[in-house]
Amino acid sequence: MFLATSIIAIALLLIIVSILYKGLPSLNWQMLTQVPKGGYYFGKEGGILNAIIGSLYLSFGATILSFIISLPLAVYINIHRAKQKRLVNTVRFLLDLLWGVPSIVYGAFGFTIMIYFGLRASLLAGIITVTLFIIPIMVRSMDEVFKTVPKGLIEAALSLGSTRSETSYKVLSRQCIPGIITAILLAFGRAIGDAAAILFTTGYTDYIPTSLSQPTATLPLSIFFQLGSPIPEVQNRAYASAVVLTVIILIISIISRILSRKYYQERIK
Amino acid sequence: MGNESKIKIDNLNLHIGKNHILKNIHVSIPERQLTVILGPSGCGKTTLLKSLNRLTDLYPEMKIDGSIFLNEEDILHSKTEITLLRKKMGLLSQSPYPLPMSIYDNIAYGLRISGRRKKKYLIKRVEHYLTQVSLWDEVKDRLKDSASSLSIGQQQRLCLARGLAVDPEIILADEPTSALDPLSSKQIEELFVKLKQRYTIVVVTHILRQARRIADYVIFMYMGEVIEHGPAKDFFENPKEELTKEYLKGAFN
Repeated sequence: MFLATSIIAIALLLIIVSILYKGLPSLNWQMLTQVPKGGYYFGKEGGILNAIIGSLYLSFGATILSFIISLPLAVYINIHRAKQKRLVNTVRFLLDLLWGVPSIVYGAFGFTIMIYFGLRASLLAGIITVTLFIIPIMVRSMDEVFKTVPKGLIEAALSLGSTRSETSYKVLSRQCIPGIITAILLAFGRAIGDAAAILFTTGYTDYIPTSLSQPTATLPLSIFFQLGSPIPEVQNRAYASAVVLTVIILIISIISRILSRKYYQERIK
Repeated sequence: MGNESKIKIDNLNLHIGKNHILKNIHVSIPERQLTVILGPSGCGKTTLLKSLNRLTDLYPEMKIDGSIFLNEEDILHSKTEITLLRKKMGLLSQSPYPLPMSIYDNIAYGLRISGRRKKKYLIKRVEHYLTQVSLWDEVKDRLKDSASSLSIGQQQRLCLARGLAVDPEIILADEPTSALDPLSSKQIEELFVKLKQRYTIVVVTHILRQARRIADYVIFMYMGEVIEHGPAKDFFENPKEELTKEYLKGAFN
């Protein structure tokens, strides 16, 4: 067990160290505040602000959209349909299957849908694809949290004459806030870090999108393109972009931890 | 003491798979008295209590048939409005489950879901119900604190107040003192004795001494059957069934 823990810890450390080692020297203010100028990908001036903003738009959009669908679904299978064990287990099984589907398949699926509706690669198409891709993650994580709610609390809420929806949204969701925040964070992490699902659907530009119908750059693709360059300077910028991506995830994690701590104390054990 | 019956249980049977949990229960619960359902662990007391406000619905494996009449209305009938039914009964469980919100909101919750949202009114009622369970003086300065910050005994009294706030006719209590220290247990018992003037109270317990202290009416169960039931005085001084006599002698404990 110690060995397993050490391997994970060392691997994690190595990843972070190598990103920082290669990325930090290239990281500068210009990179964070400017969009790519002409010739940026050949080592000239500019930055990756387009990708930072694009990634944030995309992952916040997808996380919010997915939350609106996931919470009711998790509540529905845990409270409203809890008695129909077979139905609930089927839904869980399907979600697990969907969780296992590689994101490139979602990308291809999103692309097909896009073509069908005559859409261009755009922020909207990306958000929809990523939403589909993170819903299983979010629902199943929330599902696991709802499963841990003490039966006594459900009974107490129902005994007060609450309807099942009141029980779910006014009582149980409060109890589950720390877990729900974790679920959101997990999904957000996947959304902001994934490249394959958005490869065909969001496209890539050098500009910050001003509407949902415009294509947009994202950090993972920006890393991908820069890393593919033969110029060492540009490759190092890819690592710098990876640092930016990691820091964004770190900041979101810290904020959510602080939020969930507040509610953790209100929980009923 | 009036002998009007509040709840009439008629030929109630409950199965879980092949296990027959409640067998032909046929008993009435008197109004505005404290009825104790007494019996050793695992005899179906709790299940009987939970079928009274249809919490049995939560367990798909339970198959229930028969009828339970509350004011001439069959609780088990599928058309019975279940939220209205549950508002008529407050439930106190074995260990307290306050809602994951502040002390104030715990009481106000029940009022709010019944559509009473005026702040002034809520403040008054919260004080009223907390006073009824003698908790007001202990918590009046920390109403905004989380309910889980209270001691277990206080939490149980909070749960009782929360139940009273939906204005029930009946209070159901499932071994309400089993998680509490002796002092808190005593407080709960005293509250029950005070509250029975206005409410019909049903307490499940396996503690014989507790039953002797508080019961007006006793239903004695064993292995899913009602062995004997009657006014407490008759039950304890003059038991009719052999099993009851043995139980009262302490043979089961």
